[in-house]
Amino acid sequence: MGTRQFNVLPGFNLALGYTLAYLSLVVLIPLGAVFLKSATLSLEEFWAVVSAPRVVATYKISFGLSLLAATINACFGLLLAWALVRYSFPGKKIVDALVDLPFALPTAVAGIALTALYAGNGWLGQYLEPLGIKVAFSPLGILVALIFIGLPFVVRTVQPILEDLEVELEEAAASLGAHRWQIFRLVILPVLLPALLTGFALAFARAVGEYGSVIFIAGNLPFVSEITPLMIITKLEQYDYAGATAIAVVMLVLSFILLLVINLLQAWATPLQQNGRKS
Amino acid sequence: MSAAATALHWHGGQANTYERRAATREAPWVKGLILAVALSFFAIFLFLPLVAVFVEALRKGLDTYWAALVEPDALSAIKLTLITAAIALPLNLVFGVAAAWAIAKFEFRGKQLLTTLIDLPFSVSPVIAGLIYVLLFGAQGWLGPWLQAHDIRIVFAVPGIVLATVFVTFPFVARELIPLMQAQGREEEEAAVVLGANGWQTFWYVTLPNIKWGLLYGVILCNARAMGEFGAVSVVSGHIRGETNTMPLHVEILYNEYNFAAAFAVASILALLALVTLVIKTWVEWKAGQARASNEE
Repeated sequence: MGTRQFNVLPGFNLALGYTLAYLSLVVLIPLGAVFLKSATLSLEEFWAVVSAPRVVATYKISFGLSLLAATINACFGLLLAWALVRYSFPGKKIVDALVDLPFALPTAVAGIALTALYAGNGWLGQYLEPLGIKVAFSPLGILVALIFIGLPFVVRTVQPILEDLEVELEEAAASLGAHRWQIFRLVILPVLLPALLTGFALAFARAVGEYGSVIFIAGNLPFVSEITPLMIITKLEQYDYAGATAIAVVMLVLSFILLLVINLLQAWATPLQQNGRKS
Repeated sequence: MSAAATALHWHGGQANTYERRAATREAPWVKGLILAVALSFFAIFLFLPLVAVFVEALRKGLDTYWAALVEPDALSAIKLTLITAAIALPLNLVFGVAAAWAIAKFEFRGKQLLTTLIDLPFSVSPVIAGLIYVLLFGAQGWLGPWLQAHDIRIVFAVPGIVLATVFVTFPFVARELIPLMQAQGREEEEAAVVLGANGWQTFWYVTLPNIKWGLLYGVILCNARAMGEFGAVSVVSGHIRGETNTMPLHVEILYNEYNFAAAFAVASILALLALVTLVIKTWVEWKAGQARASNEE
């Protein structure tokens, strides 16, 4: 940390020292423990745990459904952000505030509420099951829970960019004869795209690790509706600490890759956004 | 900033501007269609679950509702949740301010890396957040034998719950303050120091008034998560009724016992907390928007 420029403000050493100490104690050392613990397994043992058919099935369910939920959120989140920025409608302030509900509502509460709605005798379930659509206690239920928790990430990353978009850009395009759909596709969407992808990645990252809202509605059947975080819990309950840790390492590595991708996306987004932004 | 999905941001009412101008206006049927689809999606995925919590909670009447809240296990769950938040919040608040002070007011190598590391707990599954403390402090963990020899219980006891909560709420205050303080620069603080203020005076009289809305914003989001955390706490709690159950865990136990009315009654308290959080959050966004507007005049 040697390149400190001359600065009259006090407290640098104290603040940075405290930050590093607290970060190490709470986050870095405990996370390091996961990797050390997994090192107690030989490579073959590690591979046997993380590539067991039941575990691989959970990856497919967790990552597949997270990807699908993030895609659905990207589409509908964009629509919702668009409606909130561009249109006035009654109750808009309330809708705007409630978009953040999944951040504020405990996941367990969301989980039992969604289950109550989509169970066979629930408000929505009673109409869906006669149609042959079983939502609760099936992979579809996991999807619903992941849509719920991911939606605000997309809306809240797209909304500010949409608000900062210069009206003049669209007017220029319109005066040059562009159709409204062309303006959206060729002028607005390219500016929104980085934010949309960031929101998508954030929703995806959150969905992959989600536990609380999913376990109530999933039914948790092995090979059908079991998610990877639940697999870790199952291993822990069998006192298979090394096995739980091995799966955790796989998830952590994937999360770190995602975090890197999100950072790169935002680095890419910043200059693009400033092009279309009111100064 | 990475992962800044809930940054303090006041949404201006610009809709009229767009709707007035021909170039930024859609045909009425397009507008109607977008509104209908967006609001239906909102209603089904966000609004209905919220309503369901309260309807299910009151389904068996007010007496059952009240009885579920005042039974001893529920009360001890409420108490543990409040204690946990009361410990986790100040810890992460002090950390957030210290980290933001170092990162926003000074230049040093590795700053970007540090900022990313602070956000790390957000990209870790809550289940893993619980697992790491079991690995460290559990009976089979590194410190397990030593802790047992000294009769200290961390995992499957209150300290573990607090630790897991501190981990999952770690970035909230810091990630709110860092961009805010970076945007404010350090001229005001430098002026104060040059005029003879000491470090604490500068912080209390110059920095704190500038960041108070961002600080409050981070704190209420941190609090909501601290009180509502489920996955991480579930791993380290051991689910001992009346002892290591927080409110979300109590909801789970009641629900798994098919005591739905009671489960939703406790859940409705958490949902109310969420609504209060959103109201304060909206109010803070509004105040911060006002403060910014008056600064720009």
